[in-house]
Amino acid sequence: MSLPVAGAARVAPDNPWFSWRYAQDNADAVLAALREHVGLTVTAVLVAAVVAVPLAVAAYWFRPLTGPILALAGVLYTVPSLALFAFLGPYLGIRPRTVLVGLVIYALLVLVRGTLVGLRAVPEHVRDAARGLGYGRLARLLRVELPLALPGIMTGLRLATVSTVALTTVGVLVGYGGLGQLILGGFDNNFYRAQIMTGTVLCVALALVLDLLLAGLGHLVTPWLRRAGGLG
Amino acid sequence: MNPLEQAARWLNDPLNWTNPDGILARLGEHLALAGSATALACAVGLPLGLWLGHRHRGGGALVTASNVTLAVPTLALLTILPLTPLGFGRPAVVLALTVFGVPPLLAHAYTGVREVDPQVRDAARGMGLSGWQVFARVELPLAVPYLVGGLRTAALQIVATTALAALVGGGGLGQIISAGFGLTIAAGGGQILAGGLLVAALALLVEGGLAGAQRLVAPHRRRPAP
Repeated sequence: MSLPVAGAARVAPDNPWFSWRYAQDNADAVLAALREHVGLTVTAVLVAAVVAVPLAVAAYWFRPLTGPILALAGVLYTVPSLALFAFLGPYLGIRPRTVLVGLVIYALLVLVRGTLVGLRAVPEHVRDAARGLGYGRLARLLRVELPLALPGIMTGLRLATVSTVALTTVGVLVGYGGLGQLILGGFDNNFYRAQIMTGTVLCVALALVLDLLLAGLGHLVTPWLRRAGGLG
Repeated sequence: MNPLEQAARWLNDPLNWTNPDGILARLGEHLALAGSATALACAVGLPLGLWLGHRHRGGGALVTASNVTLAVPTLALLTILPLTPLGFGRPAVVLALTVFGVPPLLAHAYTGVREVDPQVRDAARGMGLSGWQVFARVELPLAVPYLVGGLRTAALQIVATTALAALVGGGGLGQIISAGFGLTIAAGGGQILAGGLLVAALALLVEGGLAGAQRLVAPHRRRPAP
């Protein structure tokens, strides 16, 4: 127990937690890691959203599919991220694609659930009214049900984005973890605190920024909620 | 030979189970780390959540806290804590795991107490029960299903996160996976996949077991009032 303490004391004087000089001297590496992180996160969430909405609609239209889809999502979600990357690694190799597929799977589960909850929450009388107005199944979906499900979809999107930002760091396992590369690299490189903290702070900041952007977007695409809020 | 066959072969080698750093030893480490972190998280999260729920305070702060922990990468905490005065070794890993287990326990305990029917609480007060008695005899028993739900979420989160401890040499089943990646995919593919299967199986077992426990303590279907 005394050995690590002695080691920590030895490196402490020139190993600060925050160092502006580190960030300046390594701006290129930091920005490259940040760019990789943003790229992986945004691509994963976008791909997941494109797949999740039709999947949720399928589960919504064909009731017998709902149980299996949600059960599969639950089981997959239980699989720890490290294990998922371990499943994908031997087949997809050491590439960014491996990380991307893993991230898409996790984001997909959150988004399918969010979208389905949103669709389910559409009141029956609204659906009836749309039917009464002569809307077909598809028109009802596009013009009534999906817009009303938007709050649920946006919540799912925000949740998926924030967790994907954190999860991307686990990509270090296959060598493409964005800011995770910085964090684990700092740990492996003589426990370089400034590098670890730079990666961590950027990661949390990125999650907050993306979350705020999506909150703003949600505000923009659901103007009726604002009006209702203003009146209420 | 495809990775799945390699994995089956790796799992079939008895030495891989009984080696000093074989599956059984790693499983022991994993359970010890996750078990102590879960116990610690319960010791912190449950009393605090129950108390906040009883006093009806801090609900907003709980939501904020759990959202913030969602944004902090597990990996960051696992790398940062060993560099604090905690030092390398188990305490730092267990503390990092605990941090991720506390929010669900807090939230579930808080909700469990808040969800108690106000009329029941009023009735208990009307019978002359003191604040502490209302808590111990009414709120706590009614909150039990929520507490088990919180335990389920927290334990799963901790067991999954424990696998990541391997990235910082913290031990556990994840170590099998990271060692496999150290051998490159061609040589270690089977071991990587086998490690993944073991980690996933453990998580599913924990989830299944606690889901069963939750069903046992769930309130029976509400009987219609006589």
